[in-house]
Amino acid sequence: MNAQLNDAELTAEPQPVDPSDAAQPKQRDAAAVNAEYDAEAADVHGEVTVDELDLAAELSGVPSAKATADIAEYALRLGDDALILSQRLGWWISRAPELEEDMALGNIALDLLGHARSLLHYAGSATGKSEDDLAYFRDEHEFRCAWLFEQPNGDFAHTTVRGLIAAIWMQELYTALSQSTDASLAAIAAKSVKEVAYHRDHAVQWTLRLAGGTEESRRRLLEGLTDLWTYTDELFRDDELHDRLDGIAPRPSSLRAGYDEIWNAVLAEAEIEPADYVGRKIGSSSGGGRHGNHSTHLGPLLAEMQVLARRHPGATW
Amino acid sequence: MVSRTEAARDDRGPGRASALASRRRPERASAPELQRAWEVAAAVADPEVPVLTIEDLGVLRAVEVDASGVRVTLTPTYSGCPAIDQMRDDVLLALTAEGYRDITVDFTLSPAWTTDWMSEAGKAKLEAYGIAPPTHRAGERGGPIPVMLGVKCPRCQSLRTREVSRFGSTACKSHFECLACLEPFDHFKVH
Repeated sequence: MNAQLNDAELTAEPQPVDPSDAAQPKQRDAAAVNAEYDAEAADVHGEVTVDELDLAAELSGVPSAKATADIAEYALRLGDDALILSQRLGWWISRAPELEEDMALGNIALDLLGHARSLLHYAGSATGKSEDDLAYFRDEHEFRCAWLFEQPNGDFAHTTVRGLIAAIWMQELYTALSQSTDASLAAIAAKSVKEVAYHRDHAVQWTLRLAGGTEESRRRLLEGLTDLWTYTDELFRDDELHDRLDGIAPRPSSLRAGYDEIWNAVLAEAEIEPADYVGRKIGSSSGGGRHGNHSTHLGPLLAEMQVLARRHPGATW
Repeated sequence: MVSRTEAARDDRGPGRASALASRRRPERASAPELQRAWEVAAAVADPEVPVLTIEDLGVLRAVEVDASGVRVTLTPTYSGCPAIDQMRDDVLLALTAEGYRDITVDFTLSPAWTTDWMSEAGKAKLEAYGIAPPTHRAGERGGPIPVMLGVKCPRCQSLRTREVSRFGSTACKSHFECLACLEPFDHFKVH
């Protein structure tokens, strides 16, 4: 909310009358009252505008914490994962198979946007950029999300599979990250993990329902698994950044066992074997997202997400 | 500077009575002034669930008063909850209307908000408003298999209810229907 609260609103004094109003004579009175009040109010309460407060200043968990360059890079990766998946999920609102799913996917997108906001705010503290600067004014090669999150929504089964991989991974990640020696990352992770638990539950329930539903729903679920499981590996790949962040960020490879345990349990419950989806199509993730090499899907997504902020810099409502 | 914080509220156990007792305990010489500022901030209503104050909800975490002004700390319920912006503005306006100046409203994520901080009075108000309150404390049941406790219909008190969707009209609520009176209702999720 960017509403500028004038002094009249604060104390229910009369508002300035619209000049187009038929009651012209009153205009002067109202203006005079306001002018008088303005002088008085400045004395009583000082200047008060909501805009003066920096809303996001403390949302990264620890007031005025400043990230190092390495921690900022790490926060950027996780923030971009959440932001891009949130943007993807937003598309479903008004298009999901049923009203409850409009709300569910919208709620999940909102949670993820909250995580992205905290993470990108913290990432930006290293360079003096706001979360909006990072979301709207970076180009494709500057994004650090993994390929999974930028994959198209496809049908509802594809969105369910993508959500399942994402939520199982995020739950393992945030559980570990909540023990980080970096207080801001730990606070964001501890907050996020409670919400991701709902996302995982949602994805698990739909996976089971689609697998055990009709022949068509099962066929579509297997299509989704076939197309998307290859993007899993990128999430667990260690690189030199993790070497430098020992104790601050969990090594991605260390999350794999916990992930596999949940993944295998869910698919066993759904009576799906690896042979039902592994190796049915040629292709795999090149997995360059963490270094800015993306699939062809990210560009159009960013064009849509960023157009308003870039066309009208500083636009608010 | 004197301050008052709700950080340990869950350790004191739920209940309006304990919260009031704690509030009346003078901490410093200027406790009455602190108390007054707390009460002004505490009276701000949740914009989404207007029967609850931000104190009932556990969103108001701390109020500090000193010569340089008032500093209020809030914690968001869910990470993306848009109501937190409105709460911040409403706290600012409420304190300003009472003559306070140099007000800052900060946010903290840690410790993460839980429905365990909701007051008993808040739960009773929720139910009277038609929203089933959280059924238990968040830390009570661990384990890998989530098991739902029965949620009581706020209209007819029946336990014959069904979860329609884990995600309701806001992030903090799920959507239920009552199989006895057939009415749909919101349930404030244990979180």
